[in-house]
Amino acid sequence: MRRWLPYPAMSLFILATWLVLNQSLAPGHLLLGVILGLVLGAAFGRLQPPPLRIRDRRRLLRLGAVVVADVIRSNLALLRILVAGRARAVRSGFVTIPLQLTDPYGLAVLACIITATPGTIWMSYRAREGLLLIHVFDLVDEGEWVRTITERYETPLREIFE
Amino acid sequence: MSAALLLPVITIAQLMLVSAMALHVFRMVRGPRAQDRVVALDAFYVSGMLLLITLGMRTGSTRYFEASVIIALLGFATTVALAKFLMRGEVVE
Amino acid sequence: MNSADVIPLPIAVLICGCLLAGAFFALAGAVGLVRLKSFYQRVHAPTLGSSLGMGLILVSSILYFSLARGHPVLHEILIAVFLTLTTPISLMLIVRAALARDRFEGNPDVPPVETLD
Repeated sequence: MRRWLPYPAMSLFILATWLVLNQSLAPGHLLLGVILGLVLGAAFGRLQPPPLRIRDRRRLLRLGAVVVADVIRSNLALLRILVAGRARAVRSGFVTIPLQLTDPYGLAVLACIITATPGTIWMSYRAREGLLLIHVFDLVDEGEWVRTITERYETPLREIFE
Repeated sequence: MSAALLLPVITIAQLMLVSAMALHVFRMVRGPRAQDRVVALDAFYVSGMLLLITLGMRTGSTRYFEASVIIALLGFATTVALAKFLMRGEVVE
Repeated sequence: MNSADVIPLPIAVLICGCLLAGAFFALAGAVGLVRLKSFYQRVHAPTLGSSLGMGLILVSSILYFSLARGHPVLHEILIAVFLTLTTPISLMLIVRAALARDRFEGNPDVPPVETLD
């Protein structure tokens, strides 16, 4: 089992992708999808991904819902600034945030959350000092952003992955 | 009835997407720096892909979907390659 | 426009709303890309089109094809998943490259190293 299916979630994802791509549940497509899932799942193992441990799945789902709501909210906020023509008056800037999160998957998810939310972009991260640099489009208060990122995303991510 | 409503709306959406693409091209030509052009190209392919989706709705054919997937894949690869190219010569951790 | 009349009118109105809103988000992002002053501000603008703009247009396409064909047509979800995974990556790479270039040139607008001040 472990030998043939080292990454069941990855293999299942590949099978689902294949079936959706072909819009079919015909036995031929199912067979091809299973073969692809097994082969590509094994190939993925050769990349030697660091071990993934999800401690709290419910928390992960809750974080997902929070992120979707945040993406929609910041879309509207950015749209309002652009449409109101306030864009030239906006103050943008860099914010440095000290992070306690060290898990590579947690950091990857945090990077995607910050960048996918319009208005903030992950710029760079120094692993040794645990310092993250982000750019904020509508920067009012640096301290508030440090608090937002830490409390809203970092704390749940640490509970999920560490 | 629904078709009579959908067709003009799809046309309007397509006009908006085409204007978005034109603005992206403007930024691509204008620059001023290489990174501005790469960002514009990245946004350009996304709106081109969205335009193909609306084209699929207009013709009622799912063929355009495959073209959009290819645009999304190639556009991503292009942006990654260009961003790597911009990094050249500098110290990368 | 072969079988669009099968779609019930209220849902057609919903499809139209999603489509127009999505295209509007994409257009607003493009306007921002042209009008904003500095590079690091401009990077934020296209995320409008690639997050909510993309999402709304794909939802309208899923609704349209599922109702016009009479069975669920879901492959647009693949594009949505793929784009949500890739746009942050490509944006981050561009921004990192820009930051590296600006630091290399000693541009005063970017912080030279990450510090807590």
